[in-house]
Amino acid sequence: MKTLVLVEHDNASLKDATLATVSAAAKLGEVHLLVAGAGCAPVAEAAAKIAGVAKVHLADDAAYAHQLPEAVAPLVVSVMDHHDAFLAPATTTGKNIAPRVAALLDVMQVSDIIAVDGPDTFTRPIYAGNAIAKVQTSDKKLVITVRGTAFEKAAKDGGSAAIEAVSGTGDNGLSSFVSAELASSERPELTSAKVIVSGGRGLGSGENYHAIIEPLADKLGAAVGASRAAVDAGFVPNDYQVGQTGKIVAPEVYIAVGISGAIQHLAGMKDSKTIIAINKDEDAPIFQVADIGLVADLFKAVPELTSKL
Amino acid sequence: MKILVPVKRVLDYNLKPRVKADGSGVDLANVKLSMNPFDEIAVEEAIRLKEKGVATEIIAVSIGEAKAQETLRTALAMGADRAILVTQEGTVEPLAVAKILKAIADEEKPGLIILGKQAIDDDSNQTGQMLAALLGWAQGTFASKVEVSGDTVNVTREVDGGLETVALKLPAIVTTDLRLNEPRYASLPNIMKAKSKPLAQKTPGDYGVDTTPRHTTLNVSEPPKRQAGIKVADVDELVGKLKALGVVA
Repeated sequence: MKTLVLVEHDNASLKDATLATVSAAAKLGEVHLLVAGAGCAPVAEAAAKIAGVAKVHLADDAAYAHQLPEAVAPLVVSVMDHHDAFLAPATTTGKNIAPRVAALLDVMQVSDIIAVDGPDTFTRPIYAGNAIAKVQTSDKKLVITVRGTAFEKAAKDGGSAAIEAVSGTGDNGLSSFVSAELASSERPELTSAKVIVSGGRGLGSGENYHAIIEPLADKLGAAVGASRAAVDAGFVPNDYQVGQTGKIVAPEVYIAVGISGAIQHLAGMKDSKTIIAINKDEDAPIFQVADIGLVADLFKAVPELTSKL
Repeated sequence: MKILVPVKRVLDYNLKPRVKADGSGVDLANVKLSMNPFDEIAVEEAIRLKEKGVATEIIAVSIGEAKAQETLRTALAMGADRAILVTQEGTVEPLAVAKILKAIADEEKPGLIILGKQAIDDDSNQTGQMLAALLGWAQGTFASKVEVSGDTVNVTREVDGGLETVALKLPAIVTTDLRLNEPRYASLPNIMKAKSKPLAQKTPGDYGVDTTPRHTTLNVSEPPKRQAGIKVADVDELVGKLKALGVVA
């Protein structure tokens, strides 16, 4: 089977989510990559070095600068003439583009897989991770999105794939990019961090979030996250959100501070290796999944913890 | 313009799903089913666009078993003008749903179709994008802000790094994210009024769509349980545990 993996990038560097998707694709067959962007040659060079990649298809055109699905999906479909499976990371970019590709190919997508069980059989969570389904597809071509935290990342070097330019279908005039407002953070990226410190409604305010969560995260070299309640209350921007409707993470250590542990939040972090909970309510559901729990007032316990590290 | 709002009837989001012992699926007998939360946001956004004078008529559509009628009545009670129920027992996959919705869109010619970004039962996050592809329309997924002006809609999208705004040529598809709006509750008089609003009953055959699933669910199981943890007495003990984990030196 020949697979095509969509490379996630910002025209300058390749995003880590791609590496896990490459590992999933390698379980199906030969791995080809597609880099669609504008002025994205450095990304194609980085992509060619990923271990296990046979070929990189590079579509460098102003029409793909912001990876708008209206432009990228027809490009993917044209390259899919020579491939059997299309895989994209289950990021907001992958989720935006892949179903559009699937419909153009007249196939059902397999969303957010966590395991490859066979050439046509995959495991995926449903009901916010409260059930795990094993599904078999009867479609001739496969379109799949891959949960990044469920697969090992392919090595960033060791490969020497050929880069081949592909001519795209260009801009069809349906949509255009207006602006982006990206949250700037010098901390590790949430989905690839080894340690995450996450804050919930228990913090009470955005000021408390900055004063209590961030110093602890900095001591641990950790990324910072939040529950939906903390995001909805305006403590932090929405891209901090961990959960079914936010980011799915699986770090080595996840420290939940002032988070009760609603189903929607657990869906985003319960595959973390070690979960530590600090909460003053000893009946909070978070303690049912936490490996290490501390029943204490976070306003006292967390600063004390930060100072003792 | 007309706005089409597809809504899905799903297990209420407050309930913890129970996996059937035979591994055939999740037990939906005698449990509360409600409108998918993202679809409530879609209905609310359509109503707000009507209140602003952008939309003239709101059509709610649901595809599924006959009881999905209740979900459509909820949409009508919130403020939708009329409803279409496409009855089909069993699973209807996103691709088939998108094909039925395309046929309805061809008939009704809406200027905007607003869907939820995903249903909280199958967690697919596909239908809106597939419908956009089938219609050849632009798509604004994961919307947290929607502004229609002239023949364009500007959609601010929730993306991994923050927010992104795109301009889409109308007609277009929008899928809602949680922060787009706060859906209203249907008042009792409006619930009563909704009972007499028009609700057309159709079948997939009326639209010439084959709903045979492409996927076969081989097995549904409980996720692996996490082992019960320990509680530490104080911060010093927690520091010790963090050191043992190698998180701190």
